[in-house]
Amino acid sequence: MKALSCTRLLAALVLALACQLGLAEEARPLADDPVAEKRLQAISAELRCLVCQNETIAGSNADLAKDLRREIRGMIQAGQSDQQIIDFMVTRYGDFVLYRPPFKSVTLLLWVGPLLFLVVGIAALQLYMRRRARLLQDSRPLSEAEARQAEALLAEGSNDTQGKGTAP
Amino acid sequence: MMKNKYVWLLAAFAALVVLLAVGLNLNPREIPSPLVGKPAPAFELPRLGSTDQRFGPKDMQGQVWMLNVWSSWCVSCRQEHPLLVELGKRRVVPIVGLNYKEVRGDGGIDTSKMPLEQENALARERAAAWLKSHGDPYTLSVLDLDGRVGIDYGVYGVPETYVIDKAGVIRYKQIGPITPEVVEQKLLPLIAELNK
Amino acid sequence: MIPELGHFALILSLPVAALVGVLALLGAHRNRAPWIALAKPGAQALALLVTVAYLCLTQAFIANDFSVIYVAQHSNSLLPLQYRIAGVWGGHEGSLLLWMLMLSWWALLVTWFSRNLPAPMLARVLGTLCLVAFGFLLFILLTSNPFERILPGVAEGKDLNPLLQDPGLIIHPPLLYMGYVGFSVAYAFAVAALLSGQLDAAWARWSRPWTVVAWIFLTLGIAMGSWWAYYELGWGGWWFWDPVENASFMPWLIGTALLHSLAVTEKRGSFKNWTVLLAISAFSLSLLGTFLVRSGVLTSVHAFATDPTRGVFILAFLVTVIGASLALFVWRAPSVGLGGRFGLFSRESLLLTNNVLLAVATGTVLLGTLYPLLVDALALGKISVGPPYFNAVFAPIMAPLLFLMGVGPFARWKHASIAEIARLLKWALAVAGVVAVTLPFLYGSWTPLVGLGLLLATWITLTAVLHFVQRVQATRGDAGFLAAALRQPRHFWGMHLAHLGVAVFVVGVTMVGGYEEEKDVKMGPGDTVTVSGYSFRFLGVQRVEGPNYVAMRGEVELLKNGKVDRLLHPEKRNYHSSMMPMTEAAIDAGLLRDVYVSLGEPIDRDQPEGEWAVRVYYKPFVDWIWGGCVLMSLGGLIAILDRRYRNVGRRGTATPAQEAAA
Repeated sequence: MKALSCTRLLAALVLALACQLGLAEEARPLADDPVAEKRLQAISAELRCLVCQNETIAGSNADLAKDLRREIRGMIQAGQSDQQIIDFMVTRYGDFVLYRPPFKSVTLLLWVGPLLFLVVGIAALQLYMRRRARLLQDSRPLSEAEARQAEALLAEGSNDTQGKGTAP
Repeated sequence: MMKNKYVWLLAAFAALVVLLAVGLNLNPREIPSPLVGKPAPAFELPRLGSTDQRFGPKDMQGQVWMLNVWSSWCVSCRQEHPLLVELGKRRVVPIVGLNYKEVRGDGGIDTSKMPLEQENALARERAAAWLKSHGDPYTLSVLDLDGRVGIDYGVYGVPETYVIDKAGVIRYKQIGPITPEVVEQKLLPLIAELNK
Repeated sequence: MIPELGHFALILSLPVAALVGVLALLGAHRNRAPWIALAKPGAQALALLVTVAYLCLTQAFIANDFSVIYVAQHSNSLLPLQYRIAGVWGGHEGSLLLWMLMLSWWALLVTWFSRNLPAPMLARVLGTLCLVAFGFLLFILLTSNPFERILPGVAEGKDLNPLLQDPGLIIHPPLLYMGYVGFSVAYAFAVAALLSGQLDAAWARWSRPWTVVAWIFLTLGIAMGSWWAYYELGWGGWWFWDPVENASFMPWLIGTALLHSLAVTEKRGSFKNWTVLLAISAFSLSLLGTFLVRSGVLTSVHAFATDPTRGVFILAFLVTVIGASLALFVWRAPSVGLGGRFGLFSRESLLLTNNVLLAVATGTVLLGTLYPLLVDALALGKISVGPPYFNAVFAPIMAPLLFLMGVGPFARWKHASIAEIARLLKWALAVAGVVAVTLPFLYGSWTPLVGLGLLLATWITLTAVLHFVQRVQATRGDAGFLAAALRQPRHFWGMHLAHLGVAVFVVGVTMVGGYEEEKDVKMGPGDTVTVSGYSFRFLGVQRVEGPNYVAMRGEVELLKNGKVDRLLHPEKRNYHSSMMPMTEAAIDAGLLRDVYVSLGEPIDRDQPEGEWAVRVYYKPFVDWIWGGCVLMSLGGLIAILDRRYRNVGRRGTATPAQEAAA
């Protein structure tokens, strides 16, 4: 990482030198306002282009996507907030334009689903392991001798370096 | 017999199949407009065929009317146009044409260096010529050169058709060309209903 | 004549598949030796017929036979030879035939490498594969016949989609399909085991190498697709959570769960039901993916030309294949034994937790992929579910999984001690924590996501190394460390290599997500732009003629430390057959970063010698994403070279674990 900042410094120095000598010109940003352009990029990367198959407004070359980028650029210049811009899009095209679905009744299951899966999955796992332990116990009540034998086997098993399995 | 605890798997799979089967009959590319039921967005655009007159939805207040988005470069517009001409002749409803990005929307023309006046003149010329050769069903047409109004109406595929009621509320939106079925089963009954 | 020959071979393969499938399964059921004996030559004949059909279609492409509709739509006489050969799978019909080809080859491989399998078992496996093949052949012949002709033929073909004219097309689909289809073998083994009732450790041992091979192909196929998208699409992304990507990711997740679960079933005889269900699910999800991609129910960037009748057919096929096997499972599963005993904290329970997390991840991807369809089907409107959603919900599921990956190998079978493991690993965790807190500052700013990513990657790496060293030390005796390390079983090496691959992958994802930089600039000849210490000097654009396209080719010097390091050539191509311009990015790949230049449009269309819009990216560690996948595959490969798979089946059907469980 240190090497990197060194490179950076060096490159900057060389560049400064080159500029002084008039050898190269630092390229101008494509947009007049690079900061606004970054915001445009961030917003439009979460918006879906309507005419394309499945692309963002940021990434699409479709005419409508270009128009919408121009529109968003205008709104950024007019000082509108991200939320205002998103609302603008949603009133015109509906929730379909949002790649990040809004949290509401229709999308409740979508947003809660993964958590639900996780809770159900872990609960089922716990339940299964407990019942399994019980079943194994019930199905084969151990006599005292067997129990001792099992203990011994278990102890032996855990002394065994793990991972050996049944490999010959 | 003990209840089989795995049966839910089959039920879940059956539900998935039902969903997929229903999905086969849906069109994933058709996006319903949130504007239906909302007031038609206001605009003020220059009229085709006249250099100083302008038109906006408020001019139609108190009337049921249709807004049809069209363009001379739009291939599907040609397909629906005879139906519009026919509808125009029957005088059931005033149809306003929104000419959408007449010059800019045409991929064959480089507009990056074209002055606005020139684009305006070219658009008027092309639009008028197209209406002359294909018939003009419109009460009037307006020019949306840069597609701003189109964005306000959520236009994403030309042609599109809106039915707007007396209070200026959008009641129906057709995405893509209208068909005889759409005219008979949707547009005409809806217009009759709204005119009551 | 050749296309007719291919068509004929394909038609002939249909009754062969049906006959072999039915007779083999019936024969195994009723114990009819001659029918059972039919399975092997039958599957081989099927492979031969499908191969002939496939080669005939390839020949039609090579010979530019534009009287074959499929060839006319996907090729062109100017198309370079390698793309004519790969063009066979450039569209729906041909790619299905490739699917079918791979299925028949997998069956062929089973006939070759299962000499020790009991004949009835082999017959059941091959019979199941043949019935699946029958369904696919029927699908191809009825709805997607690639051999259809138009007479007289057209003079010139429409050409292959320019996006596909790339080495990526040659490699990516075959790898991916080998993976998808490969899970059919695990599926067939599962069905065979359910049919016979012999759901034992031997079954797990037989199906394990097949599953691993399929998983290796799928891993490489997905990675290749991601890399292809990265360099070809010109926006520098590597994963978009597109339905088609998800369709391949779901079987991968379940396949990964299956690998781990098979380990338990093989060694301890436990989770048999669960393992069988995973084997069925992995292939079912492959089929579901096929349905999603080809039926048109979801919009995707990679959509095939869709046709509703195809959708109906695949759905019916899905219902038959998945429904029948699930029903079989539901019928048989309750009578399957529990297997060996294990404690609440043990290798078994950790692997089961791994499985649960992977299943939850799969469920999440499935939910996100199908949710728009669900909302639409219930007439509740249209929504989109995209990368922001998946990224948000996926990280919390993956984080515990990656954490457990470090713990798992230390846990003993049957019963493990939390205290012992905690004592062993607390230093690893501490070091990982320090790395996670400090390293990001050296690179720029610290964000929680970068911290978490580096924490997990370091954790996985340290624990893997620690476990490896510990194991070698424990078993080395008087031998030197290296000699002892080399003597470790290959499955052990494989596991750690694959886990290291995951760590490498996580580093890639974390770093590129946290520190990538991009700039959009206007560049005239002589102009320079700098991102993250790398300077690019734009020299200008030249017109270059390709075999079937004309390109505007940029010349960009990459400067390091002020010296010209190399020349980069981003291109903007116009293919003769297509209106769409294609962007070919130029990438200087490196171990620690890629720098990436892509050419936009000329600022003034009439002056291509003037200024251009240029986009430059700095992508730290991006190649680690695919490097990690390669390591995972390599780990899998080494694992299946393990000695114990060489005499598969020779040991008879009962294993100690099973005896203990009975």
